Amino acid sequence: MTDLLLEWTIKIAVILGALLTAVAYSVLLERRIMGFIQLRRGPNRVGPFGLLQPAADGLKLIFKEDIIPSQASKLLYVIAPTLLLIPSLMIFIVIPFGSEIVLFGRKIALQVTHFDVGLLYVLALGSVSVYGIALAGWASNNKYSLMGGLRASAQMISYELALGLSVVGVLIQSGSLDLVEIVRSQGGWNGMHWNVFVSQPLGFLVFFIAALAEANRTPFDLPEADSELVAGYHTEYSSMKFVMFQMGEYCNLIAAAGVSTTLFWGGWMGPGVETYPALSLAYFTAKVFVFVFVFIWIRFTLPRFRYDQLMRFGWRVLLPLAILNIIITATVKLLVS
Amino acid sequence: MEKALFIIFAVVSVAAALNILLQRNPLYSALSLVGTLIALSALYVMLRAQFIAAIQIVVYAGAIMVLFVFVIMLLNAPKEAPYIEKHKALRFLAIPFAGLLIAEAFYVIRLVKPIQMPASDDSAQAVGTTLSVGTKLFTDYLLPFEVTSVLILMAIVGAMVLARRGED
Repeated sequence: MTDLLLEWTIKIAVILGALLTAVAYSVLLERRIMGFIQLRRGPNRVGPFGLLQPAADGLKLIFKEDIIPSQASKLLYVIAPTLLLIPSLMIFIVIPFGSEIVLFGRKIALQVTHFDVGLLYVLALGSVSVYGIALAGWASNNKYSLMGGLRASAQMISYELALGLSVVGVLIQSGSLDLVEIVRSQGGWNGMHWNVFVSQPLGFLVFFIAALAEANRTPFDLPEADSELVAGYHTEYSSMKFVMFQMGEYCNLIAAAGVSTTLFWGGWMGPGVETYPALSLAYFTAKVFVFVFVFIWIRFTLPRFRYDQLMRFGWRVLLPLAILNIIITATVKLLVS
Repeated sequence: MEKALFIIFAVVSVAAALNILLQRNPLYSALSLVGTLIALSALYVMLRAQFIAAIQIVVYAGAIMVLFVFVIMLLNAPKEAPYIEKHKALRFLAIPFAGLLIAEAFYVIRLVKPIQMPASDDSAQAVGTTLSVGTKLFTDYLLPFEVTSVLILMAIVGAMVLARRGED
């Protein structure tokens, strides 16, 4: 028991450290790619290639004045950033980062834990994380913030349906809700039997778009639409509370990348993982990196939806497509078996 | 360890449930309800009913309560005293009704037979896992399940009709 607890604690500590570093550097990555896409340089002064920029930004933000508006609902205003950040961090305990490796004579599975309902757990945390945004908007007592919070909750409810239905195809394919099992079911064809190639390209498309909306990324970043709402739900936030919102958003981004990889792109599967288990970690990281890059690429390429377009798209296009995908997958599965 | 966790989540759920009643701001009441739901789902996990725990969070905390919070935020809290405080007589009616509800709850509790929970059994056959819930739902309880889905479908259609009536 103590052995197991120690293993969990170490794994959580390692993942937390790696994740927070990844969050800091994905901000830098985003700014550098933005520079590249917009034909300018981006932040490159602090350290070689601007690599120390996250540290400089963090230092600056810590020393900013921490403002709480006098008419704000204080308790909710203070806890709202944690309500966004904590669920997005909790997602990472079920994501399998790799297969089993042997370390100090022990077999160590590269995920913190796995259980029967891993995928539902991920969906549950995704849907709970909206409270942080909605309450931040309400507690700030600012009309733009409130609009941002309202938009976030309506958007999340609408896109959650499409998100939930789009993974049903994967469940039919793999027959399990456990993320580890889902990755293992994609191991055929020399490690290339990925769901997106086999039967789920439509499911992946729906999932990807809905995940963009759930992570509040452009073209679905209506809750913080700069041109209409100042900064949306975090208009009133400054200093470390603002940083927590930023961290929560980038955590959600990396979580969306990780879950998409796990469900549709084979997770840590790839050629050669059977002989070299350590390769699986590299495959997983590379795939997540590609996803994060695509998310950033989309942000600086596509314009934002109008709000009614967003709602119509979610209910009239994504939802029927997700249901169609379930019907097709179930029929094919039935005919093949 | 298990006992300590049980006590923590039980206390949280009861305290949050009381807080629903004691708060005057409807938004705080709604959030307390979310707290109760999350604490209860932690208790379900301890009973090896992970599926029910996850569904509780997805459906209630994640969808229905978000909708409640959305509506409360959209309409904003009413400034004047609620209806119940304008009519003092209604308060005294509350006591017999509460008594009735408590008596009913006790009656139901007496009816339920204590069953052996396979709490320490880690197999996929435990009561609350995905496999056992799914198997039961699509074999033994297929008819109630289908009837419930038809009922919900009717409710959705009804809601659509009511919402659209103003448009013509």
